[in-house]
This record gives sequence, structure tokens and C-alpha cells, in this order.
Amino acid sequence: MPVLVESLRPRRRWRTVRRLALHRSFNLGFAIMLALVLGALLAPLLSGSDPMAMHVRLRLRGPSAAFPFGTDMFGRDVLARVLYGARLSLWIGLATAALSGAFGALIGVVAAQFRILEGLLMRCMDALMAFPAILLAIGVSAALGPETGSVIAALTVAYIPRTARIVRASALVVRELEYVEAARVAGAGAARIILRHILPNCVGPLLVQVSFVFAYAILAEATLSFIGIGPPPPAPSWGNIVAEGRDYAVDAWWIMLFPGIAISLATLAMNLLGDGLRDVLDPRLKVEG
Amino acid sequence: MTRSAPLRRVVWRLLQSVPVILLVALLAFLLLHLLPGDPAVIIAGDQASPDAIAAVRRQLGLDQPLLHQLLLWLGHLVHGDLGQSLLLNQSVLSAVTERLPVTASLTALSLVMTVPLGILLGGVAACFRGTWIDTLVMLLALLGVSVPSFWLAILTVILFSVTLGWLPSAGYVPLSAGVWPWLTSLIAPALVLSLFQIGFLARMTRSAMLDVLDADYIRTARAKGLGPWRTVAKHAFRNTLIPVITATGIILSLLIGGSIVVEQVFALPGIGRLVVQAILARDYPVVQGTMLLFGFAFVAINVLIDVIYTLVDPRVRYG
Repeated sequence: MPVLVESLRPRRRWRTVRRLALHRSFNLGFAIMLALVLGALLAPLLSGSDPMAMHVRLRLRGPSAAFPFGTDMFGRDVLARVLYGARLSLWIGLATAALSGAFGALIGVVAAQFRILEGLLMRCMDALMAFPAILLAIGVSAALGPETGSVIAALTVAYIPRTARIVRASALVVRELEYVEAARVAGAGAARIILRHILPNCVGPLLVQVSFVFAYAILAEATLSFIGIGPPPPAPSWGNIVAEGRDYAVDAWWIMLFPGIAISLATLAMNLLGDGLRDVLDPRLKVEG
Repeated sequence: MTRSAPLRRVVWRLLQSVPVILLVALLAFLLLHLLPGDPAVIIAGDQASPDAIAAVRRQLGLDQPLLHQLLLWLGHLVHGDLGQSLLLNQSVLSAVTERLPVTASLTALSLVMTVPLGILLGGVAACFRGTWIDTLVMLLALLGVSVPSFWLAILTVILFSVTLGWLPSAGYVPLSAGVWPWLTSLIAPALVLSLFQIGFLARMTRSAMLDVLDADYIRTARAKGLGPWRTVAKHAFRNTLIPVITATGIILSLLIGGSIVVEQVFALPGIGRLVVQAILARDYPVVQGTMLLFGFAFVAINVLIDVIYTLVDPRVRYG
């Protein structure tokens, strides 16, 4: 009955969008994230100063009309640094979420579909998960050197196992459903079954997980920068602004306070978005009455 | 397996963890070889002469075939020999055991703070679902999982140690020097470490409790005239415990991961500080040894949680 299915699909999709649009915490998270992204994109308009420009005579000035977030130990505008830092921090979060989502989905679906590979793949994921994610990230990032790319690679490695597990769990449920059986009987190959039938139906839990990975990645990037193996200075990221401001934290609290608030807001926004997506897309875990 | 005794199930679960333990050991070993570049060159430094590099390679056994190295390493491992630190002038085992009490104290104290508070907050939020109490508690829990711990740690040091002068700003006092000094040296780091976990546990407890509160037997209990508090205490809370035990296991693992970060800010000489210093200084034997320790701890925690499961819920079986 392909006609019936086709006519139902768009309506169901709109229903999901409408439920998300009515979800309070999803909206709050969306609004915060939108504001941060706009801040990052419009950084040159919102702050006239260059985030790297040093003004030695204006070192360690507190918040004022000219510098709403104050200046740092090199006389750089903290507001400009936080706004431009958003670009790097959010990019790392997005890239990590996308990459670990893609690899995690691939591993999870392959493990669910090919039972021969399942044991090996999933035991490898178990073993990787045995190490604290932040420790894996520190190790890989330190090994690859202080670059934005290595931070993304490190965080991706750290978050793939959890994503793979979640996708495998839902793929195991989906693969037993009748329409997959029907596709198999109709002669569809493994690749087609995975891509057309199983994967699209694991998207809900995957999206939920990916939005939480985004949140963790922003926190973890900040942590790596703080330890000194994040994206290298002088280009600002939220983590390395806090790290640089640490030694001045007592007298010039504004250097580390504002980027820290930015990290918290971004993580909070992604957590709220994730909660909303989970309520709407993942009925098993729905709790809101 | 349907009617197997609890003991048999526990043994079965232990056997299941063997391949993971072996893989953990293999990963910790391979770490050295997965990294780009020649470990001997990295350890000896960029400016080192070919002779010095060859000496390092010989000293670490890197000139041997990989499989031979692995067997040698596993052989030493079985005898409790994790090798020598390249920088600390002591064996990896003694470096680890020296610092273990710090991390163990920090983790234990955090766990003691997290579990009652997280369960209480989550339970209260569930019981007052949809009211301002629920919203407030969940907002606080969300903040707990969103604020970066190292940033909070710096703010805590400024507030309690520098400005108010109530607590020491950094460093660790062993338990042997007295309970009070030990506690004051750990209270701030443990609190910072707990906030994320309290938020996490409160969120888990709330959703577990809400699932239970919707169950038929709760309606029955209310219908037969049991008061709301007794219903929650006698029926709902007990059945909430099972997912909460899982959450506690996850929390213990997260605490160990989180302690790595918190130890840096508070300058606590624990395993976390050891491993980060070792990674930054390319002290590979220490990195391998501590990774192994973290991995084993994780596997052990998971086995323990599953065993507790079996004792709490007789329906649980391992397939």
C-alpha cells in the first residue's frame, strides 16, 4: 500500500515538528542556541574590536561601556574574544556531534545487521567505554598535537562507543519488524535494508544522543583547553579564554567569568534541546505527563 | 538458565567480563603503537642522537616484534609488574598506589554526597510533578550537568579560599593527619565534583519514579486507602531503586572521570593528576598503567552493579 504510506508520511513529520515547537524546554534551548550562534556569526558587528588586538595600556580593565566584559592581561577585548571564541567552540561541538553520530550509527547498524561482526565490534566499544571519555580525549588530543582537528578527532573517538551502543539497540528492535522482513523477502540487499529501512528508523534515538554529545563536546573542549591541549592560542576558544584568565581570576574575575557562562549556556541549551527531542522522538523514555 | 542459582549467575557474569578485560589490556598496550610517530623518538626528544634513540628503543623493548612485546608485557602484568616510569624514578605500581588514596577519598566523599541528595531531589521532583518545585529542582539539576567543573572549581577556590578564607586553596591532607584536616582539604573538590552527578542522578531518579508512579499497583495502593507518603515510601521508592542502582554505577564511573579534571584545579596529588602529567610528558608506562587501572575499575564496577541487581531483583537474568 505505497499510496497510503506516502500520504501519511508528511503529516506525521509535521506532527513531530509541531510537538517540538510546543515543547517548552526545547524552545528555551533553541532560543539560547540561536542567540549564541547569531552572536558567533555577527561577532564583527556586535563588537567593533579585533579579538587578537593587544592594547598594553588597557590591560586588565574591568567591565565598562567601552569593554562590556572588560579586557584581559594583554589588553584584548574579552567580549570580542568570547564572541569569536563561540565560533571555534560551537564548531568543535558540531563537528564532534556529526562525526561521532555518523561513525556511531555506522558501527551500530553494521553490528546489528551482521551477527559475525557484532561480538567483535561491540566488545571493542565496551573496552573503549571502559576508559573515562575525558581521559581518551586527553590522550588522543595530546598524541595528535594541539590543533583544532585533533581535538575534534579526540572527542569523536571518545563519544563513538556510546552512540554505537544506542544505535545498535534500536536497530536490533527495528530489524525484527515486519516491513524489514518484507523488504528482505522482496530481495533487498543488506546495504539497501540498512540504508533505506533500518537507519531511518533509528534516527530518533540517534538525534537525541547526538544533541547530548554536542553538549558534552562543548564541555570537553573547554576542559582540554584548560589542561593545555585544546585549540592553540592566540585564537580564542571559550576553554582557552578561561584557562588564560585563571591566573588572574582573583583580581580580574571578568576574564574567566564570561566565557565560563558562555560554556554553561551552550551546554544548557544543548541539554534542553536533547530533552525535548527525547520526549518527542523517543516514546519509550517519554516522562512528561 | 531459567532457574539457575544466583551464585551461578554471578559466576557467569564474571566470565562474561573476561574478554572485555583482555581487550582493555590490549588497548592500553596498543596505545603506545597506535600513536603517530615513533615512540622512541618522541620519548628521547626531537634533538636526540640516533644512538640515544636506539638506547631508548632497546630499553623499552621496542626493537622486539609486536606480539613478543605484548606477551612480555602481559607476562609482567600477571606478576603485578607495570614497568618503570620514565620520569618519576619509581615503578608505575608504586606511583599508582601512592596516589590511589587521594582519588579514592575524593571519589568516595563525592559519592556519599551525591547519592542521597540526587535521589532525594529526583524523588521530590517526581512527587510534585508539574509544580514549581519540580521546575526548580529540574532547572538546578540541568545547571549541574551544564556548568564546566573546572570553571566552577576556580570560582569555588576564589570564593571559599581566597575571599572568605574558610578552606585551604589547594593540596591534600592524608586521613592519617586527622579526619578534620582531611575533610577540609577534600570538601570543596568533592562538592564541585558532585554537582554534575547530583544533577544527573536527580534527572534519572525523577524519570524512573514517574514511570513507577504511573504503574497499576500504585493506583491499587492508593485505591485501598494508603496515604500518598506511605505509597511513595513503601511501593514507589523500592521499585525506583533498580534503575537508580544502574545510575549509581554510571555515576561512580563518571566520578572517576570527573576526578581527573577536578584534581588538576585543586592540585590534589591523585591518579588523575598523575595520568595527565604522564600524558603531557609522554611517560608511556605510567599512561598504560593508569589506563589499565581505570579500565579495570570500570569493568569491576559494572560487574558489581550487575551482581547487586541479581540480589535486588530476582527477575534479572543474563542472556
